[in-house]
Amino acid sequence: MSEMKTKATRDGYGDALVEMGAQDERIVVLGADLTDSTRAIWFAQKYPDRFFDFGIAEQNMLNAAAGLSLVGKIPWVSTYGVFVAGRAWDQIRTTTCYSNLNVKIGGAHGGISVGPDGATHQALEDVAAMRILPNMTVIVPADYYETRKAVIWACKHVGPVYVRFGREPVPIVTKPEDPFIMGKANLINDGSDVTIINNGPVLWEAMKAVQVLREKGISARLLNIHTVKPIDREAIAKAARETGAIVTVEEHQVMGGFGSAVAEAVVQTHPVLMRFIGIQDRFGESGTPEELFEEFGLTARHIVAAVEDVLKAKKALENS
Amino acid sequence: MVDQAKVEELKKIAHQVRCDVIWALAHAQSGHPGGSLSATDFGVALYFYALRHNPKDCGWPDRDRVVFSKGHISPLIFSLLAESGYIEREELRTFRKFGSRLQGHPNVECPGIEVGTGSLGQGLSVAVGMALGLRMGGKKNRVYCIMGDGENQEGSTWEAIMSAGHYKLDNLCVVLDNNGLQIDGWVEDVMGLQPLAEKWCAFRWHVIEIDGHDMVQCMQAFDAAKAVKGQPTVIIAKTVKGKGVSFMENRAEWHGKAPKPDEARKALQELACPAEYFDF
Repeated sequence: MSEMKTKATRDGYGDALVEMGAQDERIVVLGADLTDSTRAIWFAQKYPDRFFDFGIAEQNMLNAAAGLSLVGKIPWVSTYGVFVAGRAWDQIRTTTCYSNLNVKIGGAHGGISVGPDGATHQALEDVAAMRILPNMTVIVPADYYETRKAVIWACKHVGPVYVRFGREPVPIVTKPEDPFIMGKANLINDGSDVTIINNGPVLWEAMKAVQVLREKGISARLLNIHTVKPIDREAIAKAARETGAIVTVEEHQVMGGFGSAVAEAVVQTHPVLMRFIGIQDRFGESGTPEELFEEFGLTARHIVAAVEDVLKAKKALENS
Repeated sequence: MVDQAKVEELKKIAHQVRCDVIWALAHAQSGHPGGSLSATDFGVALYFYALRHNPKDCGWPDRDRVVFSKGHISPLIFSLLAESGYIEREELRTFRKFGSRLQGHPNVECPGIEVGTGSLGQGLSVAVGMALGLRMGGKKNRVYCIMGDGENQEGSTWEAIMSAGHYKLDNLCVVLDNNGLQIDGWVEDVMGLQPLAEKWCAFRWHVIEIDGHDMVQCMQAFDAAKAVKGQPTVIIAKTVKGKGVSFMENRAEWHGKAPKPDEARKALQELACPAEYFDF
């Protein structure tokens, strides 16, 4: 498993835009001086007439995208998650979402793995900020292929979509031929004692955790959920019912993000004890992705510890 | 040459629209009279003279687009749509009421509204995107954006102004309702914007300054804007907030306060509105 090929999810974004750009002339791409690092540059080079740089002015870019959608274009806004979901939130809320416009948002540099740039550039709140907006679909793919498929799906869907992707190369864990069904969880590993529900490129750590747990005699189910909204309540309820404990994993604040979305589904269907792996109400900092995963508790070791903790609590509850 | 008969027709419509505005506000007992009345004359010139549109077919691809960045002047917006035939005038009775298509700030449920607005400093960016997209397709449609002067205090407005100048959007025309007042008082006291014309000019816009209550000047400004090539146009319309109702004119407190029934009757009397407007 350690020999796995890696590729950044942002590359999946860039490749999908080029691919879809050839198929659909309505697709236009907007950038805000981060054209290279969001990989929007690949589209810009191939289709210069359909790329617009809006400079370092995200609020205007978001509503210009709204305007483009209103005259029949399919605009993809490309910038860092912090600068779009944070800075331009009111534009997304009051223009795109309120009027339910066909605006697509590529939120780059999601999560702590952005690394050396530090807290200002690590989007750790974007998923929460986007999923509370009516009409918005929120997708956080786990690897290169899933990102590519999410973008292709979003191009064909009518309505606002936020796709979040990361900077660093991450293991490719899905296959090109795996189906991408918006709103549906993927079963990565079946198990009966506990369910780990993962969101995003941290999936690799969750997969390693499952192996460690197996060696410890714990049968962990692993679900990967790329669509944060609408969330797959059915798969979550089934996991809660059949395994009786849940650990969520995300590269985002645990408050308001993916784990919260899972918890909302759990408490309304089949309440079980949960633990949340993610950023625990802190800002990020500079470092290598590996150092930061260790510091912020996102490694396989941390996931294993959370599983053991929730199982202990579950047992105590059963015996009380 | 100005068609004098057309001028008289537009003045008549503007009078009717002012009656509609007060009537809608009287029924709603909430809403924004000041900016609605200051924008009435150029609003009428836009809808009944300059604009290419078809009120019976809101989705007509060749229509010009209008974005009301100052969404709070919904009494005027819905009155213009009613007089144009997008909606029935009777529907103005439902303005701001539960279940109505005529929300406090306009949204896409109402025929003729292209996009929901109300959060200031957002409309011009939408208009920029529309103008850019229409130009890409080689379309002749024009895009109009109605703005307040106060929203020039929003940073995002200047982002939008900058981008329209950069992209040389000559199919874009802004009308800036320069009534000089905002909720907290005179714009120049709250957060001064002058010299406004020079600022827009510096951002590569063609600037036309007019008396926003002179119908001939409004018509000529729209004609002139259509002829400008290679840059967007802003018509800075000097106006009077609350225009036409003596006790509302130039008074900031009438920005977002509806006239009480007796005040509304007084306003309708001053405007010499027909008897059917006094039904509240």
